[in-house]
Formats: sequence, structure tokens, C-alpha cells
Amino acid sequence: MANLSTNFVGIKSPNPFWLASAPPTDKEYNVRRAFEAGWGGVVWKTLGEAGPPVVNVNGPRYGAIWGADRRLLGLNNIELITDRPLEVNLREMKAVKRDYPDRALVASLMVPCVEEAWKAILPLVEETGADGVELNFGCPHGMSERGMGSAVGQVPEYIEMVTRWVKQYTRMPCIVKLTPNITDVRKPAQAAKRGGADAVSLINTINSITSVDLDLFAPEPTIDGRGAHGGYCGPAVKPIALNMVAEIARDPETAGLPISGIGGVTTWRDAAEFLTLGAGSVQVCTAAMTYGFKIVEEMISGLSEWMDTKGFTTIEEVTGRAVPNCSDWKNLNLNYVSKARINQDLCIKCGRCYAACEDTSHQAIAMSPERVFEVKDDECVACNLCVNVCPVEDCITMERLAPGVVDERTGKVVEAEPADWTTHPNNPMATATAAE
Amino acid sequence: MKAKALEPGVVAGRLARQAYAENFADLHPPLDNHEALVAADRCYFCHDAPCITACPTSIDIPLFIRQIATGTPDAAAKTILGQNILGGMCARVCPTETLCEEACVRMTAEHRPVEIGRLQRYATDTLMAKGVHPFERAPGTGKRIAVVGAGPAGLACAHRLSMNGHDVVIHDARGKPGGLNEYGIASYKSVAGFAAREVDWLLKIGGITIETGSMLGRDVTLAALNADYDAVFLAMGLGGVNALGLEGEERDGLHDAVDFIADLRQSEDLAALPIGRDVVVIGGGMTAIDAAVQARLLGALNVTLVYRRSRARMNASEFEQDLAASKGVRIITNAQPIAIHGNGAVREVEFEYTDDALLPTGERFRLPADQVFRAIGQTLFGDGLPDLDGRKIAITGAGRTSLPGVWAGGDCAAGGDDLTVTAVAEGRDAAEDIHASLMASAAKEA
Ligand SMILES: Cc1cc2nc3c(=O)[nH]c(=O)nc-3n(C[C@H](O)[C@H](O)[C@H](O)COP(=O)(O)OP(=O)(O)OC[C@H]3O[C@@H](n4cnc5c(N)ncnc54)[C@H](O)[C@@H]3O)c2cc1C
Ligand SMILES: Cc1cc2nc3c(=O)[nH]c(=O)nc-3n(C[C@H](O)[C@H](O)[C@H](O)COP(=O)(O)O)c2cc1C
Ligand code: SF4
Repeated sequence: MANLSTNFVGIKSPNPFWLASAPPTDKEYNVRRAFEAGWGGVVWKTLGEAGPPVVNVNGPRYGAIWGADRRLLGLNNIELITDRPLEVNLREMKAVKRDYPDRALVASLMVPCVEEAWKAILPLVEETGADGVELNFGCPHGMSERGMGSAVGQVPEYIEMVTRWVKQYTRMPCIVKLTPNITDVRKPAQAAKRGGADAVSLINTINSITSVDLDLFAPEPTIDGRGAHGGYCGPAVKPIALNMVAEIARDPETAGLPISGIGGVTTWRDAAEFLTLGAGSVQVCTAAMTYGFKIVEEMISGLSEWMDTKGFTTIEEVTGRAVPNCSDWKNLNLNYVSKARINQDLCIKCGRCYAACEDTSHQAIAMSPERVFEVKDDECVACNLCVNVCPVEDCITMERLAPGVVDERTGKVVEAEPADWTTHPNNPMATATAAE
Repeated sequence: MKAKALEPGVVAGRLARQAYAENFADLHPPLDNHEALVAADRCYFCHDAPCITACPTSIDIPLFIRQIATGTPDAAAKTILGQNILGGMCARVCPTETLCEEACVRMTAEHRPVEIGRLQRYATDTLMAKGVHPFERAPGTGKRIAVVGAGPAGLACAHRLSMNGHDVVIHDARGKPGGLNEYGIASYKSVAGFAAREVDWLLKIGGITIETGSMLGRDVTLAALNADYDAVFLAMGLGGVNALGLEGEERDGLHDAVDFIADLRQSEDLAALPIGRDVVVIGGGMTAIDAAVQARLLGALNVTLVYRRSRARMNASEFEQDLAASKGVRIITNAQPIAIHGNGAVREVEFEYTDDALLPTGERFRLPADQVFRAIGQTLFGDGLPDLDGRKIAITGAGRTSLPGVWAGGDCAAGGDDLTVTAVAEGRDAAEDIHASLMASAAKEA
């Protein structure tokens, strides 16, 4: 049986599933119940500095988009950091950590961008027995208007500076939480590393408007006729998060920097994907907010079953396994030729592949009067669109043409040796790059 | 082809050969992978889900469905089997329309529940097809427990005891283990020898010996078992059958429905099994429906099920009643038999209509019959048993009887519905109680 226990920058947890800093971790009551349900750790809802707490709106704070059958795919929020007094949160953190010593408890922090503020809060956190701190440089709404959150996270120099202060004033492991609302996530990650961060976590939420009320002419969620952009999260953001995690994992400057993967983790499979792209733990918010704490049972059983079938016994064996296969486009093998294949036994004859290919791709699917759909090998460029729009899993698959076979579309024999853009005759820089 | 379809009397081979295979195929065919994913996608993963409460074995249904949806049917199977070791059989035979699926919130929303039963079968079939037994025994305790009856209650109890490290010997009067799973359940619910395969799979846990042909009261006594073993679990079901109490009941052509079904379940060649042209079934429960439907499927021309009370009071669910109707069974309610007519063999059954208080109305009718199946309930059979509560063994808590060291569960014990899944729940819970009390007394001695 796979051992799911995790040691992330010295922070130990019985499994890699942590609740992200957000409403699920906003108070002792929640966190105790989460630990009872089986979560390996929590990042406590972001704490601000002592004094009067922030206030939240009193109208709706969340918006959503849905898939078929009202399945929640994306959530957006205009919530701020914790609106409970600092001392209450600290007291509760201490009590929980005392009762659950084997679980990870990380404090998320967001205080003004001045040294004194960080110097003041860190000893208070240490006092609780928390296992580490996460610096919230990500919150994209409200707090950023006050020069915190993503306003810091968008300026690498600030990230480096604050991280340095934190490392100076505490011995706790320091995780820097990154905002995706930037153009190149490697820059803030590099800055965090320069500042001495033990790890980065990503992503925080993405600037978004989920929908517009067409009677009020206002973004949703609408508060008294107005709406502000919010932070987007949930299954819909996973692809963005995976890419950002992979970018950091394979950037030579940050390679090996521990990553806590966040963004749309909803099932064990999503978690496994983050791990393979370099994450050492994963954090979950929307899935718990949608289905409750209990989903962690499926995440645990699914991940350990998958690890068993793959013969992995520890999380470390999984972490980063797909990173070497994350490539630049220019290094993809252009001699790899495949064609779509439609399994006629599975086909239910809806014609979606035909509509997609005929109207928007390469006119490579033939439709007979009896509604039999077949791929025209002389037209198919293997774009995968038909596979993606087919409602039946595995009905359309991509099959590789064996070397030596003629690709009917190009009339060329498929070559066995790989070749990529760097050496392609059409590439004006071909020789230069190939020689590198 | 249907040369014998109209032949009067009780004859074999009323149907063309291939009709038997078609008629007795799976009532609910298994879901394929695509169907399972689509069906699983409908589950809302409800909080404190009503389906769990409705399941007598409290299977975590939302969890196992989510495990199917996320591509881990083996994990789903473990979730199911951890609560209900006969989850495979229950997926086939549970009246889900009155249990989990009735409670599904999709019933309120769309009058169409998540197909819990079929999803359960998908998961358990997937695991069992691999021949994997997902549980291991705890270290041996040195305790030995006797179980009487290898039906669902006895098997579930034995398995849980074995998991807890005890050794178990099951005595069963019949030639094969499985109880009514093997001899009673309608054949279209459990095709392809599933009952026997499931028992073989269950026994892979180890530590369980089954002695078939060993009958309590004939080959062994309760006193001896109680003396020789650390505990005894009685799970012998209901071996006796109620009689109609009518004159002429000894005539040829009158049978207990359970015997007819047992013969059918054990038949190697259904075409060789004789069946009447005009069949009358008396009763209103699952057994009556199963006998009537299977009589039709064997080629009986006219099958009439007659129940003495109103349709609403029939024990058989609406689904079962509709199933019978769709197979061409005629259901007459509010009528009770008053005489069996015929010389030697039965020719007609005479009925009288009753009102809702079961009082005869004076209106009578006769139904032609060359075969009559009694399905008016089974009874507990045996002497020297613990105290009874009505006609079944009285129990308190998790199956404790009036005799120290003796537990009981399943159909033979009072309380609970007479269902496979209830028997499993009672067997499992009694096992945990036996385990707890043996461990407690062992701790005291130590
Ligand atoms: C025809 C029919 C159809 C049914 N269909 C369904 C259905 O579709 N779904 C459903 O949920 N339930 C159904 N039931 C009910 C279900 O089968 C029973 O509730 C369930 O089998 C009870 O389990 P059990 O272990 O208590 O008893 P049983 O299954 O009856 O098993 C008792 C075992 O004890 C053995 N035994 C009996 N006496 C002795 C003795 N003296 N010594 C040793 N061994 C003995 C028997 O040989 C048998 O193996 C049906 C019942 C019948 C009769
Ligand atoms: C309502 C809400 C409040 C959040 N508050 C915080 C916060 O206080 N601090 C923080 O670092 N991230 C916060 N987040 C972001 C989450 O921690 C997480 O990074 C993001 O939701 C992506 O993960 P998910 O797709 O699993 O939800 C919040 C998210 C939501 C939905
Ligand atoms: S989720 Fe709870 S707090 Fe939020 S709107 Fe609904 S009832 Fe109110």
C-alpha cells in the first residue's frame, strides 16, 4: 500500500491534501471537522495585522459558472482576508495544533508592505505552534487596492523584499503564494527564491467577472446595482494552474524549488497531475466548498490506488515525474504522425465530430447517408478536435502511423527518426538552433 | 416451434429452445463503462445522504459513486464491500425502488433516481472479475464460532468474524451454500451461477469452513454447538412454509412456490422443467411474484396471481407488480381461495372475493389450474431454539437471543424486513457484537 505521508519543506502531514487558505479554514470549528474528515493539513484563512479586522460586503460574494446539470465549474469571489480578530484566530490555531499534532497547520499572512508589520506578526504566529507561514501575495481584489495581496505579488522586487524580512524574523518554513494575475509566473517565483523562500504555492485566484446581470447591467455577483471583479477558482482554472506549476518546475532558476499546487483540484486525479508536474503537496478550496470535506476520502483512496497500480510507494516518487516531459513546442517530434480513428461499435452517430471537423477544421470526416462517420486519412491532420467533442469516451482515438507507412495527407513516408522544428528546413534559424 | 405451448397439464419444453435463454437473461443488464460514467455523473454527492440512511447496510453510496466517476471502481467496490460483503448480490436483488433509490434526491427533482443498484453492480463486478479479495484477517484470536445456515446472514457473519481473526464453521442443511441466494432468488436476478461464485469469492478471506448437509436438529444440536464453540450464530432462515388450510390441498399439482423456485434455480436445463398451462399463484409478496413471473417465462399460457388483500397492501413493490404485469401475469386482488377442485390432480381453484376487512363478500369465481403455487409466507422450523417473539427468534441488540452465547439474525430472527440486505446487515452486526463480547471476556480472563 502506498504511503501518502508528506514532508513538505519540513512540514509533515499524513497525506498531501491540504485545504487552501480560504473560508474552509477560517475558524477552529471548520478545521477540526476537516481534520476529522481526513485532510492532511490546512493553510489557515489569511490573517491580517492586529487591530480592527477587515470588513466584508454584506451582499453576495460569490459568482459561478456551471456545466451541464448545474455542475459547478468555476467560482469567483470578492471576499477579503479573515474578518475575525487576529487574537481569536491565533488562539484557535494554537488549540487545533495542540489537538492535531500530526496534521500540517500553516498560517497564511497578509500585512502591509512594511518591515515592522511583518516583524510584529511573525512571533505571534510562532507562538501558536504553527508549522509554517504562507505569504499571501495573491489576493486579486480589495486587498490589492490597499497595496497588499496581488499588488505585492505583481512586483517581483517586493516579493523578494518581504520574503527576506520573513526569513529574517522567523525560523518557520516560508511558502510564498503566487498570483496568476501576471504575464510570466517565473519572475515572481524567482524573486521568492532569491528572497529565501522555502517553497512557492500557486495559484491564487484569477481576476474575473463571471457574468453580467442583463437587467441591472452590472457584473455578478451584484451588490446594490454594482459589481467588482473577483477571484476565479475551481475546476475551470486547473489548466492555468498546471501550466504555471510546470513553468516553475522546469525553469532552471527555480527547478527543485518545492511547490504546493493549487487551483481546481477536485479529484485524486487532479492532485496526481499537480504532483507529477512538480508539486509536493496540493491545496484545495473550491472542491471542498462545493462538495464538503468528505471528498478527501475519494482523493485519498484514488491516489493510493493509482500509486499502487504504478508501483509508487511514496509521494516523493510521484513529485515531478512529468516535468522532464514538459517541453517547448520547438522540441516536439514532427515525425510523429497520427490519425483519428472512429470505433464504429461505440459510435452513437450524433455527428458532432463531423460538424466540428467539417465546419471548423480540415474536412477530414466523411458522413454517409446512413450516418456512418469515417476519417479521411488524406485530410486528417490529427488535430484531436473530434476526440474532444465526441460525447463517448474512447470512441474516437488518435492512432500513430507506423514508420514506413505513407501518410496519405502529405504523400510522405513516415520516418522513424524523430525530427523537430529546430532542424526543420522551413525554419530560418534551423541550423543555429540545432547547433545549440 | 411452440408445439407444446397449448398442451394442457404439466409438461416440459413449452418453448422453443432459445426462448429459455432469452427469458432468463439478466433482468437489469450490467452497465458498460460509458453507461456507468454517465450514471455516476448524476450523483450530487449529497451531504448526510438519504440513500445511505435508506440502505440497511449503510453503504457510503455517494463516496462509491464518486469513486466510479473518478475512474477507481476497485476503490468503489471496497467502499461497498466494507459495509456489505454481499454487495454484489444485493446490487442484483435489492428492491432499490423501496430502499436507496427511493430516497435519492433526484426522485424529488426529476422522478428518476441515480441508478445506485446498477452502479453498485458495476463496481463489485469489476473487482470480483479480477478475482481479488480486498480484505485481510486480523491476527488469529483462537476463538471458534459455529454458524447455522450459509445464507446471506450466516455468510456475512462468518466473513466479519473471520476478518476479526476468529475461526468459523458453518453448518448448512442443504447441499450447497448460499441459502436463498442459491435456491430462492429469481433466476433473472442472479444469472450465470453468480450466487456460487460470490460464495467462493467470499471464502477467500480464509478461516471459514462450510459443512453442507449438516442440519441443526438432525446432525448437530444447539446444545452441542453451544458447548463446543465460543459462540453460536443462528441464521437458518425460514425453512417451513405456510399451508392454505384448504380441503384438497394434497392434490397433485399443488406446490410450495419456494420449492418450485428452488427446482428451477437448480435445473441444468430449463426446457426439461415441466410447467402447467394454467398456473395459479396464491400470495402477494416477492415469492409470489417470482413464482408467477418464472412460470410465465417457462411458457405457462395463463398465470394468475391471486392475493387476498388490496393491491396497495401487497408486499411486492410496485416495480415487482409492474414486472409481473409486463411478463403477462394477471393479478387479482381481494380474493381468497376457498376450495381446490379436481380428481387426483388439481383442475380448478375456487376463490371468493373479500372486502378490505378480509370478510367474504359471497361473490365467487373459479380459475382453471393444472398447477397451483402457494406463496403465503415461510415459517421458522426447528425445536429447542431460543425464546421466540411471535414466530421468530426473539433478539435484543445486535442479535442476542435468550440463550447465553447464542446470537441470531436474518429471516429467522424477529424484526427487520425479510430481505437479503437486511440479513447481511444483521449477520455483520451480530459478528461485531460476538467479537466485542468474546474479546471483553478474554480481557477479563487475562
Ligand atoms: C423466492 C424468494 C425470493 C426472494 N427474492 C428476494 C429479492 O429479490 N430481494 C431480496 O432482498 N430478498 C429476497 N428474498 C428474501 C431473501 O432471500 C431472504 O430475506 C434472505 O435470503 C434471508 O437470509 P438468511 O440468511 O436469513 O436465510 P436463508 O437465505 O434462508 O438461508 C438460511 C440457510 O440456512 C440453512 N438451514 C435452514 N435450516 C437449517 C438447519 N436446521 N440446519 C442447518 N442449516 C439450516 C438453509 O439451507 C439456508 O442455506 C426472497 C425470498 C424468497 C423466498
Ligand atoms: C471565497 C474564497 C476566499 C479565499 N480567500 C483566500 C485567502 O484569504 N487567502 C488566500 O491565500 N487565498 C484565498 N483564496 C484562494 C484559495 O486559497 C485558492 O488559492 C484558490 O481558490 C484556488 O484553489 P481552488 O481552485 O481549489 O479553489 C480564496 C478563495 C475563495 C474561493
Ligand atoms: S451559504 Fe449559508 S451564509 Fe451563505 S448565503 Fe447560504 S445560508 Fe447564507
